[in-house]
Amino acid sequence: MYNINVRGPVIQGNKDCHQVTEDICNPLDTKPGKWWNITFIISLVALGVGAWGIYYTMHDGLGTWGLNNTVNWGYGIINFVWWIGIGHAGTAFSIFLLVLGQKWRTSINRAAEAMTVAAVFCAGFFPIIHMGRPWLAFFVFPTPNTRGPLWINFNSALTWDVAAIPTYLMASALFWYIGMIPDFATIRDRTTSKVKKAIYGFFSFGWVGSSRDWLRYETLSWLVGGLMAALVVSVHSIVAMDFASSIEPGWHTTIFPPYFVVGAILSGFSMVLTLVIIMRKVYHLEDYMTNSHINAICKILVFMSLIMGVGYTTEIFISWYSGNEYEMFTFFHNRITGDFTAAFWIMLVSNAIIPQLFWFKKIRKNMTIVFLISLTINLGMWFERYVIVVTSLTKDIMPANWAEYSPSLVEICLFIGTLGFFVLCILLFFRYIPMIAISEIKGVLKQSQVKTNTKNN
Amino acid sequence: MKKYWKSIEEKDTNDVSVVENQKDLSHKSTIEDIVADIPYKEPASRRDFLKLCGFSITAATLAASCETPVRKTIPYLVKPEEIVPGIANYYASSLFDGGDYCSILVKTREGRPIKIEGNELSSMTKGGTSARVQASVLSLYDDARLKSPLKKGDKTTWSQVDDNIKSLLREAKDSGKKIVILSSTIISPSTKSVYNDFIKAYPNTQVVYYDAISASALLQANKLSFNEQVIPDYRFDKAAVIVSFGADFLGTWLSPIEYTKGYAKNRKLDAKKTMSRHIQFETGMSLSGSNADERIPIKPSEEGVILANLYNELAGLLNKKALENVPKTSRKLKSIAKELVATRRKSLVISNSNNVHIQLLVNAVNNLLENYNNTIDLNNPLQLKQGLDADMDTLVSDMNSGKVEALILNNVNPVYDYPQVDKFIEGLKKLKISISFSGTLDETASLVDFVCPDNHYLESWGDAEPKKGLFSLAQPTINKLFDTRSAQESLLKWTGNNISYQNYVSEYWKKSIYPLQSKAGLKKSSFKKFWIKSLQDGVFEVANLNTNKKHDFNAKDLKNAVANAVKANKQIAGSFELYFSESIALGNGKHANNPWLQELPDPITKACWDNYASISIPDAKKLGFKNGDVVVLSTKNNKKIEIPVLLQPGQAQGALSIALGFGRKSAGKVGNNVGQNVFALAEVKGGNTTNFITEVKLAKTHKNHDFALTQTHYSMEGRDIIRETTLAKYLKNPTSGNEKHEKYKGKIKSLYEARPHIGNHWGLSIDLNSCTACGNCIIACQAENNVPVVGKDEVRRRRSMHWMRVDRYYSNSVDTPEVLHLPVMCQHCDSAPCENVCPVAATTHSKDGLNNIAYNRCIGTRYCMNNCPYKVRRFNWYAYTESSKFDFNMNSDLGRMVLNPDVVVRVRGVVEKCTMCVQRIQEGTGKAKQENRELEDGEITPSCVQSCPADALIFGNMNDKNSRISKKLEDERTYHLLEEMSVLPSVAYQTKVRNQPNKLV
Repeated sequence: MYNINVRGPVIQGNKDCHQVTEDICNPLDTKPGKWWNITFIISLVALGVGAWGIYYTMHDGLGTWGLNNTVNWGYGIINFVWWIGIGHAGTAFSIFLLVLGQKWRTSINRAAEAMTVAAVFCAGFFPIIHMGRPWLAFFVFPTPNTRGPLWINFNSALTWDVAAIPTYLMASALFWYIGMIPDFATIRDRTTSKVKKAIYGFFSFGWVGSSRDWLRYETLSWLVGGLMAALVVSVHSIVAMDFASSIEPGWHTTIFPPYFVVGAILSGFSMVLTLVIIMRKVYHLEDYMTNSHINAICKILVFMSLIMGVGYTTEIFISWYSGNEYEMFTFFHNRITGDFTAAFWIMLVSNAIIPQLFWFKKIRKNMTIVFLISLTINLGMWFERYVIVVTSLTKDIMPANWAEYSPSLVEICLFIGTLGFFVLCILLFFRYIPMIAISEIKGVLKQSQVKTNTKNN
Repeated sequence: MKKYWKSIEEKDTNDVSVVENQKDLSHKSTIEDIVADIPYKEPASRRDFLKLCGFSITAATLAASCETPVRKTIPYLVKPEEIVPGIANYYASSLFDGGDYCSILVKTREGRPIKIEGNELSSMTKGGTSARVQASVLSLYDDARLKSPLKKGDKTTWSQVDDNIKSLLREAKDSGKKIVILSSTIISPSTKSVYNDFIKAYPNTQVVYYDAISASALLQANKLSFNEQVIPDYRFDKAAVIVSFGADFLGTWLSPIEYTKGYAKNRKLDAKKTMSRHIQFETGMSLSGSNADERIPIKPSEEGVILANLYNELAGLLNKKALENVPKTSRKLKSIAKELVATRRKSLVISNSNNVHIQLLVNAVNNLLENYNNTIDLNNPLQLKQGLDADMDTLVSDMNSGKVEALILNNVNPVYDYPQVDKFIEGLKKLKISISFSGTLDETASLVDFVCPDNHYLESWGDAEPKKGLFSLAQPTINKLFDTRSAQESLLKWTGNNISYQNYVSEYWKKSIYPLQSKAGLKKSSFKKFWIKSLQDGVFEVANLNTNKKHDFNAKDLKNAVANAVKANKQIAGSFELYFSESIALGNGKHANNPWLQELPDPITKACWDNYASISIPDAKKLGFKNGDVVVLSTKNNKKIEIPVLLQPGQAQGALSIALGFGRKSAGKVGNNVGQNVFALAEVKGGNTTNFITEVKLAKTHKNHDFALTQTHYSMEGRDIIRETTLAKYLKNPTSGNEKHEKYKGKIKSLYEARPHIGNHWGLSIDLNSCTACGNCIIACQAENNVPVVGKDEVRRRRSMHWMRVDRYYSNSVDTPEVLHLPVMCQHCDSAPCENVCPVAATTHSKDGLNNIAYNRCIGTRYCMNNCPYKVRRFNWYAYTESSKFDFNMNSDLGRMVLNPDVVVRVRGVVEKCTMCVQRIQEGTGKAKQENRELEDGEITPSCVQSCPADALIFGNMNDKNSRISKKLEDERTYHLLEEMSVLPSVAYQTKVRNQPNKLV
């Protein structure tokens, strides 16, 4: 059992283990509220809109998008990178904070990991739909074949993506699932419904709570967690190399991998913040996701935002210092000034300046402002990808090729579709999975509060 | 019950078991029964079950999934001797259509003409073609072509048409009124003979030549000056200084292919240290103007006064008598006059004005400079335009006054392109009979009684004499696709002569041209040999039929000309002058239904699928016009059109220009209602249709038009893309302007080992100094490589598919800009950035230095397109073939006949780009291998190189140190595009050199 002497209790409200179980399992046992149903319908509609986008894209071709022969990547890739960034939160939370011994993560890591899995699904969808011939997407896998045999090109960053993203998706889904096994067992034991018993029983893998179970469980968690620690850095580094390994001005830069990873953590944590604020408000989990949790996340955001600021200035400085006229044009005439000024400054202000407000304790304590800032960072990070993808491509090396880009309705619909899918996943998560890791929370209850109650636990 | 039996045995034996057995089998419907019957010793084992499962699943899968539409290939029952499937046949022929003449080779595959190449044996076009010539093959497969003769718009048969027409013509003959053949200029001697035969049969027949864009004033002026109603032979190859007043001789004026050949020869700097100087006075920015060393924007009304002043300056320098009563002009002509005098007898002054007075002044200037019989040859006149506008006007008034009984229209469309259309239509209604030979139901043909569709020129016999003494033949390259008949054959039939036109041509040649053999310096041979040789060569040339005739200049009309020029030169405040230009792609609009031409961007504005009113930027600023603002343009005769304005750098202030050839109403699905028809705005002055009008007013509307532009950014942004210098600097230092090349040459380092190029290493070199940006290569590439047409909307979205594009940049001020053209295709980089980013290795480097794409491996991530610094790669955003959305040539079986079977038609979702015509490289290397010999330099030529009228492109093996390309690469002017990217392109460029000894503007 963990005793917090300095920082006060992680979980407030003098909970005992039974109370914890009751509190967290409550949404699973009761009928969902009105808001849940409404949001559920909205997310289904959004998903339908996305399905229309998929149908239209597949039926008519990529011509239905706003791309052209100069700007060949647009919303598809922007949203891919954005979602991948958000998908960073879960792992970063679980692994980094686990390694750093931050016990407060236990109230949040389950939700963060759920979000990760949903976001990575959304992200993985884009590279496939944005292919000219998605039905041949399997060509990217290095499988033995009768077509030559043709092998893939290991020099291409897109090939690295093919390895990185599915690995990340599988690993984070696995890590998430492992963490849920004891909780599934808890639900299995509590429920009276036969169906639920069967389903949760299946997923709990015959968990009996024996010390051998716990031993295996801990070992596996640490192992998978250890493996994943590398993935946190690798996935977004590789996504960054999709850009950095090109010769496009504004992309061709060595700063991209660390810069993207930090950006991903920034966007991921801000999305976690958004989610946590909603969760504790709606499910009255203020005792579990306390102000000090929010406070801690805000502090991390300040730090990440500072690194982002350094990243932005470094990029601009290097473009000037290199003396490369194409880089100079991209940064000084097409980002800081020029057609994309608005996007650039939204990005800079939202990601590097506004989060600095978290230096003030007052602001960190005001949930409304924290919530708004978390949304701003998400918006800013979206604009960062927009700035990177679109400004470089629209006006690159030969002015004769310069062209405009604006997304078509289909592209916007696809984005809405992924938002719908994401929200839907989160809603289902709220409804069917304990949104806080019950077993882990019990580990961080203040020792004096722990009262064993064999009957109920 | 009757007994049914199959055999005697069955009948007689009455064996029940046989019948039972058969019955039994039919009952065994279930699979178990059949399996049970298989004579295995043991009951079905697990293995058998699996085998059966495997078999049935495979069978079901095959049956369900492998059903593809059956396309039957039917082999020849009796193979024609000359056709070997897979091997192309070439036939020499000639194209003459509304002003364009070109001696050509037609490439046919399995009996289908699919590509036009230039005929190098012609001393006129010398293997060059133009975009229109390249695109003419597609007009053969036009869905809009008439499939049978029509009577009052209804389908009918030839015999019926002939009967009807013959009796009507007989009536017309007896009526005593006129029968008129209204024809476009005829350069075919045999067709003229057909006309004469027709006149013999119907003596009241008159032939009127009518050209939509005529050289009427030029013909008249030469009649007045030299008593020869001809267009002289302009020798651009001999001209050291060219001063052109509005004549776009590189793009559209008279014989652009020939002129480009001659012009480019003098612009090249290989092994010589001089080049010609080109000064252009013009209103709108034309192709020639964009290539000029000096370009002076003038209003069209100023032209006469400037010419008169130029005359006086010259006269002053040459101590000749000056013209009187010439008002001074603000233009600085002194230095031009000095240059012209210095290059006397080697200079050339031309104008495209359709005003006799101006042409007279031009003649006077040339006479003063003693250019006649030097750069201008009246003895070998060009025959491409023979129509006098006045004749047409007379005809129309005759029609209206009832003097004409019958009208036969041959290759003319006056309802579309005659300025006084209403009068013409009025007159048409008063005729007893009107016949059109139009191959499509165009504006005029839809109003006439009979349409007797002529063959396409690729289906016809014919001959031509584009220039005195230069004869050429045309032969069919495909059987007639539809129930059409050549116009000549129709005319002969109506005279009662049933001879085929083929025989008629050969008989005519036997009679009139065969005897010229001795004059051409050929050995006398039998006619058959002569005929076959002429057919094979496509041309038969008798140079200098009558050389040394001197022409005296008659100056008596000059005074009147000056007076007229002065009168014309009045500036009306608050109104614009409107100049009618000819579009490079569409010309007079006859081939508006050709999607290749519609999508060919204008070399200057880079707009396609449109015409527009070009306006100068200061004028637009004054009036508050933005690009694409739709204005109502009204003339002083109160004719109004709505047209968008396009802000054009270099446009003369106070003058607009609009291209003719657009706004067809009955061209076909592609060409209808594209742009606005401005033929009707022209006026008739002094018997000639003017090429500009004055007192035009503009009124802004609230509409805005979105142009389909293939390039939207004007400036090079100070980047080192096109390198240029001046002749003086070049002579001092041949590397001038190209200093950076040394910096990068051979100093590019790579982490990777350089790829060895075994055998051949293909390279392409482009001389920016001789390239005129005419656009021939764009269409030549499109025809060769099955490049789809994407339509106006897709071009607006910047998704043009052309593999070859010509970029255009401006420098200097917006009033007097300098224009730079840059042809760009895939640069086939040796360290190609596209190759290493493809995840599936669909684009790879070949051993001979080509950057290849395996289309069926491409999944369309488009990373290669992003990573190409030249942005030459094209994506198939949609399925462009067999798609009703892209209802151009690739949506019908007929249109698809033009496809090159050697080149894959790309599917939706894959990336494509220039292959350097890999199919030609394969064919050439294969042939050399088969013949066990080395490839010769120049044996293989990509499509763009082959027909370049300026010979600006050279293709060859860079590994061969003696090849032309290797030598070109050592030229001091050679550089690579974006050398600093170290992608090692295989395409090289030579710097542009301008001949600007003293800047005029």
